[in-house]
Amino acid sequence: MIEVEHLTKVYNGRKAVEDISFRVEKGEILGFLGPNGAGKTTTMRILTCYMPATEGTARVAGYDVFEESLEVRKRIGYLPENPPLYHEMTVYSYLDFVARIKGTPPSKRKSHIDDVMQRTNIGDVRGRVIGRLSKGYKQRVGVAQALLNNPEVLVLDEPTIGLDPKQIFEVRSLIKHLAGDHTVILSTHILPEVSMTCNRVVIINNGKVVAMDTPEGLANQMKGAERVALLVDGPAEAVREKLLAVEGVLDVKAEGIDGSPSKVTVECRLNTDLRRTLAAAVVNQGWGLLELRGISVSLEDVFINLITKEE
Amino acid sequence: MRNTLAIWQREMKSYFVSPIAYVVLTVFLFLSGFFFYSILTAVIQSTMMQSQFGPGSQPVDVPGIVSRSFFGTTSVVLLFMIPMLTMGLFAEEKRRGTMELLLTSPVSILQVMMGKYLASLTFLVLMFLGSGITFSSLFIFGHPEWKTVLGGYLGLLLYGCALLALGLFISTLTENQIVSVVITFGTILVLWLIESFSSGATGVAKDVLDYLSVIGHLDDFIKGVIDTSHVIYYVTFALMGLFLTYRSLESLRWKS
Ligand SMILES: Nc1ncnc2c1ncn2[C@@H]1O[C@H](COP(=O)(O)OP(=O)(O)OP(=O)(O)O)[C@@H](O)[C@H]1O
Ligand SMILES: [Mg+2]
Repeated sequence: MIEVEHLTKVYNGRKAVEDISFRVEKGEILGFLGPNGAGKTTTMRILTCYMPATEGTARVAGYDVFEESLEVRKRIGYLPENPPLYHEMTVYSYLDFVARIKGTPPSKRKSHIDDVMQRTNIGDVRGRVIGRLSKGYKQRVGVAQALLNNPEVLVLDEPTIGLDPKQIFEVRSLIKHLAGDHTVILSTHILPEVSMTCNRVVIINNGKVVAMDTPEGLANQMKGAERVALLVDGPAEAVREKLLAVEGVLDVKAEGIDGSPSKVTVECRLNTDLRRTLAAAVVNQGWGLLELRGISVSLEDVFINLITKEE
Repeated sequence: MRNTLAIWQREMKSYFVSPIAYVVLTVFLFLSGFFFYSILTAVIQSTMMQSQFGPGSQPVDVPGIVSRSFFGTTSVVLLFMIPMLTMGLFAEEKRRGTMELLLTSPVSILQVMMGKYLASLTFLVLMFLGSGITFSSLFIFGHPEWKTVLGGYLGLLLYGCALLALGLFISTLTENQIVSVVITFGTILVLWLIESFSSGATGVAKDVLDYLSVIGHLDDFIKGVIDTSHVIYYVTFALMGLFLTYRSLESLRWKS
């Protein structure tokens, strides 16, 4: 559905995006992840025909964003980084305007707008002036606007920014429901958002793609070892030595002041579950085992790892 | 067409919720009313003085003189008002980020541009209608020639079309309304003052300077003479403004 090939964008001699390539299949949700200034917004602006790329091509639904811009624009719903709102208009008249320029037939307009307002939970502010809405409501009006005219492709630049937790949840489930019929690209800084909503993740940093996989795939890829965290009521140094002696343990870090329980992190060989053995080793020494849990590598670790490795 | 209409309607609505449009309309109507009555009283006084001195002297064309000076002053007032009608047309879209919506929607640049241009023109016509009410009181004092009145308004309308197109273009160049209004005003002022430079020039230079003057082409209209060369001047001016606007918007999509 979306094919990006060797995209490069240069602003006044500085490369904001460099040689980016990726594909998004129909019905997929692709997460675009990267630190501030990575080039997420720039890529999205090129995809939505807001500005041309310096080099490379991008196709949406088979149409080139530069050569056949109108065909692309007919098929895209776009939520820019700053929601494009006319502050003096009411929510309803704004959505009506957007529906008109997107070509929704007059007979269907009203019911369609009602439907979109209901899906984004803004029915209660339909008659309010946009400029006086709270930030979260403005953001939701922005999302509503992108959904108008039922576009095949949705490009959402940080769709959940500024929303309260309940709305974040609702917008995420809205996006999930869109998958299948729609193809979605969303950018975010929020890592759990990606693992919760996206089928695939593209991580970019300094304008370059540094990783591309499923959220689980990325986490696995980073996994060099299994880790277990313990809280032990015993002297840190002694605990460390005892646990290091356990078969399959690669490394042990323990810290604790005398008298208080020690915090211990144990690195074990991959694909071994040493939790029982570790528990037994602690208890046999007569120490109290206050806590024990396996640590899985989070997307956050992957992200930080990839980003810092770059530099 | 449908898209142009949508843009036009949105622009009209936003004119009527913005204080700027009301201020422009009110000040314009106040000034045209004020100038109209001061011109009228001045002309009536001078005719009364004249008739006191010589009862046999020529009858004075009160409505004619009044309408000529009225259109003259209106053109000056418009010089100040028109930049305010166009200053935000694109500058505000850029500042608010709504340009991103317009450029990524399936509307053409031409449709966006025409919707906005026609909205500013509609507002100008509304201003004329308002001042026309004041002006029609002239019919109480006599019978101004229809040709002068229509000529005057047609001239002002063409003059307005030209200046609005210029303002529209300048509005695409910045995202700051104040910058937009100041540059537009400055440019119009230069085009206006060219006339005064021309008095010092001779030969071809004088002809060129005279031809460029935006206000000079208005004189014949005000006298009730509709000369196609003046019509062509204003229409060309307006088309050029629109062309530049179009190119300026299009350049946003160009590969640098
Ligand atoms: N209009 C512009 N002119 C010049 N440089 C720009 C422009 N827009 C973006 N940049 C630069 O391009 C780079 C990428 O910016 P971009 O907005 O795409 O980042 P981003 O990934 O969206 O960041 P964020 O997470 O902060 O939104 C940045 O270094 C930025 O300074
Ligand atoms: Mg961004």
